[in-house]
Amino acid sequence: MSARTLPLLFLNLGGEMLYILDQRLRAQSIPGEKARKVMNDIITTMFNKKFMEELFKPQELYSKKALRTVYDRLAHASIMRLNQASMDKLYDLMTMAFKYQVLLCPRPKDILLVTFNHLDAIKDFIRDSPGILNQVDETFRQLIETYSCLSAGEFQLIRQTLLIFFQDMHIRVSIFLKDKVQNSNGRFVLPISGPVPWGTEVPGLIRIFNHNGDEVKRTEFTTDGNYVTPQREGSFDLYGDRVLKLGTNMYSVSRPVETHMSGSSKNLASHAKENIVPNPLAKEELNFLARLLGGLEIKEPGGSETGFRLNLFTTDEEEEHAALTRPEELSYKVINIEATQEPGRRAELSRILGELEVADPRPASSGKGEDLLALMDGL
Amino acid sequence: MYRKEKSIQLKSSSAALYNNLSVLRPPGRQLACFSAVHGPSLSVVSADGLGFSHRQLQAKEGGMAVSTSVLTQAAWCVLPSRVLLVLTSQKGIQMYESDGSIMVYWHALDVAEHPPAQAVFARGIAAAGGRFICVGTSSGLVLVFDIPPKGTNITVSEVLEQHHDAITDIAAELGQAPDGAGDLVTADDAGTLCIWSTGEEFTLLSKIPAFGCCCASVKLWNGIVAAGYGNGQIRLYEAATGLLRAEVNAHARWIYALDLAPQTGKLLSGAEDSFVHVWKLSRNPDTDNVEIEHCHAECVTDTQVCGARFCDPEGNSFAVTGYDLSEIYCYGQV
Repeated sequence: MSARTLPLLFLNLGGEMLYILDQRLRAQSIPGEKARKVMNDIITTMFNKKFMEELFKPQELYSKKALRTVYDRLAHASIMRLNQASMDKLYDLMTMAFKYQVLLCPRPKDILLVTFNHLDAIKDFIRDSPGILNQVDETFRQLIETYSCLSAGEFQLIRQTLLIFFQDMHIRVSIFLKDKVQNSNGRFVLPISGPVPWGTEVPGLIRIFNHNGDEVKRTEFTTDGNYVTPQREGSFDLYGDRVLKLGTNMYSVSRPVETHMSGSSKNLASHAKENIVPNPLAKEELNFLARLLGGLEIKEPGGSETGFRLNLFTTDEEEEHAALTRPEELSYKVINIEATQEPGRRAELSRILGELEVADPRPASSGKGEDLLALMDGL
Repeated sequence: MYRKEKSIQLKSSSAALYNNLSVLRPPGRQLACFSAVHGPSLSVVSADGLGFSHRQLQAKEGGMAVSTSVLTQAAWCVLPSRVLLVLTSQKGIQMYESDGSIMVYWHALDVAEHPPAQAVFARGIAAAGGRFICVGTSSGLVLVFDIPPKGTNITVSEVLEQHHDAITDIAAELGQAPDGAGDLVTADDAGTLCIWSTGEEFTLLSKIPAFGCCCASVKLWNGIVAAGYGNGQIRLYEAATGLLRAEVNAHARWIYALDLAPQTGKLLSGAEDSFVHVWKLSRNPDTDNVEIEHCHAECVTDTQVCGARFCDPEGNSFAVTGYDLSEIYCYGQV
């Protein structure tokens, strides 16, 4: 619905991805040099000027499938590799974390504070690289410019658009279950105590006015809720205390992150439908991906740098098991666009693109598939 | 005072949209119909004491563009001669026979009217003046449709241009309007309220200025406007003068839905804070002051309420929908 949702969705999911990768790099004892290189490469790619330009253009949100493809590419922007199962788990964690943050935002406008929390943390990851720091600050400024003037109603529309995107996702995340912010049925705990949002009064007071505008009566009512007045408002400037904790790194303490693949049966209907019905958006989404990925300058690893594989699970066996047992309704059916020179791969990509092409009223553009391939190869 | 009863199952979960529940209770019939927007589709459930039947209505995709549309709201509009089920979406307005079986009218929104970066959608639905259905748009316009007693010859009789922000809700007078009080209220994203008198030509009677908060839900009863705001407040205004008569710090979060039981003056409010409250509106005959008292608080655990409606005109029962919830919670008076 809101045409301004994508930058917020992308940056917050990207932020969560970096938190998780950072934690796994440490858990897997990847040497500091390599870990830093991976983080720097991904962040540089994410905040690439051309990519950001495309991102900030007013547009509707695309499907989870299309968005997932962008993160696949992003996660492989360096010398690190991830298997499908690990990539699936990474995406599950990212999306459930941001869903939680959007749901619990006191005011719709606070989604911007959540975004700033992610960016503040990203700036800390690359604090030793002034070049990349500049890029991130640029994006920060663009966020402030684009969103500062939006009304509360417009922010609520953005929030509603995000909530529709995340609807029916109830994947249980171990760290959420442990912290008691998620129930065992996958639904988040909504507290009825604590500070009210900035600009809201603590519920309870009723005031009656006469026809002259004078207050003539006051009464109170009580509920089970236990609310208090907030201390101060978070800062919407380039630097400042955000006050809100949502969007800060919850993986700071090293804890294993597991997900439980339970597609709750009630929601199978809507999930299954999305996968079975041929997606009429395929062509538009492909164009969107081409534009967005066109801005991603992925470096091929140099000869001397040795790549490594990151595992989101504790052991390789666990990763294999997860791949085999992932429920059908939770499959992302990812479009694997991996630009390589291998002729076998090109043929595969060509076939996939061919399958996705819907009947086009315009003259058959057999050249279009080739153009897209060329674009991918150029990355 | 109220206790939770058996829930009604939905085929799909409800979306976080304002006023996301509509109830139809045809008088004299043992049938109740409920509808809640899922996103690109609407879930309709009919309950007739014997069982439930389900139906899904899809948002109509506009013209030749192949892109999915999201519904913003759905509501039954009860007119003297017929009942229509109206759906609003990003593409336009769909009107169906009350059981959702046949679409009788489609109105596409003119995208060109909107600046490029702005969202385009219709939102806010109400039957008015015994003859019209009013629907709001994201540009602040209110379209007035003239509805014939039967058939598909529905026309746009007027376009009201008083709002500058997206319309959130529209409500018609549910009781008896005192003289000069108007019989329709429209609300927008900025929190501005307009009071109208309906007819061949609609007349603007008064405009209640915004105070800095979005008004997502509004009701009109016996000349009293009840408005629910994004900061959790309910405010009561005199429709005839636009004067503020009561202010309630009702909820800790954004109010998503209000409903009113016309026979008793009971008011229902539902918000993101998981609470549903029942209030009682009245007018003090001596002082002529509008009074509001709190009757009942219901905490819908771990749920952000997006729709709340009374199921009968006295307000003895009500139904609630929540974001991500695949059921309708029902409550009845003990």
